[in-house]
Amino acid sequence: MLRFIIRRLLLAVVVMWLVSTGTFLLFFIAPGNPAKTIAGPKAPPQTVEIVKHRLGLDDPVIVQYGHFLGRLLHGDLGYSFFSNASVGSILAGGLQATISLVLGASVLWLVVGVTVGVLSATRARGVMDRAATVFVLGGISMPTFVLGLTLSFIFFFKFEQWGLPYLQAGGPAPDITTDPAFWLNRMILPWITLATVQAATYSRLTRGSLLDVLGEDYIRTARSKGLTERRVIYRHGLRSALTPVLTQFGVDIGALLGGVVVTEQVFGLQGIGQLTLQASTNGDLPVIIGVVLLVAAIVTVANLIVDISYSFLDPRVRLS
Amino acid sequence: MSLTEIESGAVDAGLEPKQEIAGKSPWLLAMRRLRQDKASMISLAVIILLVLAALLAPLISKWTGHPFDIGDRRFGLDRDGLPYGPSGRHWFGTDSLGRDVFIRTLYGARVSLLVGVVATAIATVAGVIVGLLSGYYGGPIDTVLARFIDVVLSFPYLIFAIALVAILGPSLWVTILVIAFFNWAAMARIVRGQTLSLKEKEYVEAARSLGGSDGRIMFVEIMPNVLAPVIVLASLMIPIAIVFEATLSYVGLGIVPPTASWGNMLSDALRTYQVAWWTLVVPAGFLLITTVAFNLLGDGVRDALDPRTERIFAMKRKKDRKAVEKQEADARA
Repeated sequence: MLRFIIRRLLLAVVVMWLVSTGTFLLFFIAPGNPAKTIAGPKAPPQTVEIVKHRLGLDDPVIVQYGHFLGRLLHGDLGYSFFSNASVGSILAGGLQATISLVLGASVLWLVVGVTVGVLSATRARGVMDRAATVFVLGGISMPTFVLGLTLSFIFFFKFEQWGLPYLQAGGPAPDITTDPAFWLNRMILPWITLATVQAATYSRLTRGSLLDVLGEDYIRTARSKGLTERRVIYRHGLRSALTPVLTQFGVDIGALLGGVVVTEQVFGLQGIGQLTLQASTNGDLPVIIGVVLLVAAIVTVANLIVDISYSFLDPRVRLS
Repeated sequence: MSLTEIESGAVDAGLEPKQEIAGKSPWLLAMRRLRQDKASMISLAVIILLVLAALLAPLISKWTGHPFDIGDRRFGLDRDGLPYGPSGRHWFGTDSLGRDVFIRTLYGARVSLLVGVVATAIATVAGVIVGLLSGYYGGPIDTVLARFIDVVLSFPYLIFAIALVAILGPSLWVTILVIAFFNWAAMARIVRGQTLSLKEKEYVEAARSLGGSDGRIMFVEIMPNVLAPVIVLASLMIPIAIVFEATLSYVGLGIVPPTASWGNMLSDALRTYQVAWWTLVVPAGFLLITTVAFNLLGDGVRDALDPRTERIFAMKRKKDRKAVEKQEADARA
């Protein structure tokens, strides 16, 4: 067990090192001259030289790489080319909004996805199953931004026009502690948008997994013991059917905390995803690289947790 | 006298079959099953129509007299500079620059289908090769490749795609390559899993003892047997790639205007949809219809290629036959 954890930890370190080296290389692939971007388009060459020197861009590559890794180990991600704020503080602000979005939506999609999945598996080929199939098909075919735009058009724009109580559909994610009601009002549409697509995938996953499990021998044993169908499905079947769903959940939470680009952009939540987008349209390399490294770190840690907890949950997993 | 001669002699002796009995390959059976699935056939028809519309877009543009990149100078925008709604002149109205939404949507179909098919093709080829190598050779090659696949799969690809496009600069080919790069891993994982079990089969052993090279065993012996899941996944990847392109273009990092793509049309629509709903509804509707059609067809292909579903199809055929017989009986009565 300990060996397994140590191996996974080492692997995580290797992945982080590869990702940081990769992003460092991106600095050099990137067209354009950062020094010139910062100094401004009309700056004289001397100014550009000074900026270049201050950024350390005139050092040999290997020295720059050393500085880069050294700063990373101290958690220093540098400063934005544009706002001069530290990348760390920008990311911290974005992360708060993204967490608000992802955690709220995850409750929604887990409840809806698993419920729909169980219903359609237990009534396979029935009306519920057909309805669930349509929901899943719509959910996976609908691009997130189309859903988000439609929702905000109806529940914000049209409802306001008709004089109905409407939901907020724009602006940065507020802090939950200052005004919970306002926070709820503003987050509902983003939650629904994000959760719909996810719920579709989860109900498909739950359905498939539960149908597989219900074909197992021990379920037949449970039935032949005379247990009620309800008990068989919920106590015996669902328990092991949910293991792959939980694994997927861990992976997804990790991946989504790294930024939900589209949902954040549609509703202007100012989370990690939207920051990435703004940084990339501005050519703000330090922020882009900061995001990539942060996301890589979150995902790696999330996968580590999933791997380790999986081996506790399911003793059949060989710890190789 | 050889066995075949005896057999042919037996046939000559008066038992000549009325028609030659064609062997039914699994592919033929799958095709037959697919043809029975109504949803798949309707989806296929929709896709064919879309392809035709996309191919004929320049002709239709010439015929209607509306170019995709230049606004209608006289009837594009009203006096307040607002777009016109659907009319006989502009079927789906005009956009914020007075351009014909219908023609732009058709041109958008070109981009969507091109990106969807080409990106999927690249991802499929790359995924199959990596999956075969990883599954067949095993050992350290497999450890490295399989871990790499896991890493690519677990990362939020949109963030990385955006970072990559921001650095490389947006264009059609960058879009295609970025999408392919984030899709090959799923394919590679499936092919790897299949190869791992197939390489232990007797026929592979036989090929090896006949002196078949590794390359031959991988691509001639094993590959045809992993094609079914590959085709299923590829057909489900096309709609993913189409949505991905639309999303990238929507955030301004995909297809660069004035080239029309459904994504950048929707991005433009953000500024106009509150006064001109058609700028949002038309491209969004086309996008949705396309992805639903591809998803339905993909599901149909999966069911058709899965021998376990033959029972369901057989039941369906029986039911259909009964219905026909009942109809005939009713007609006679």
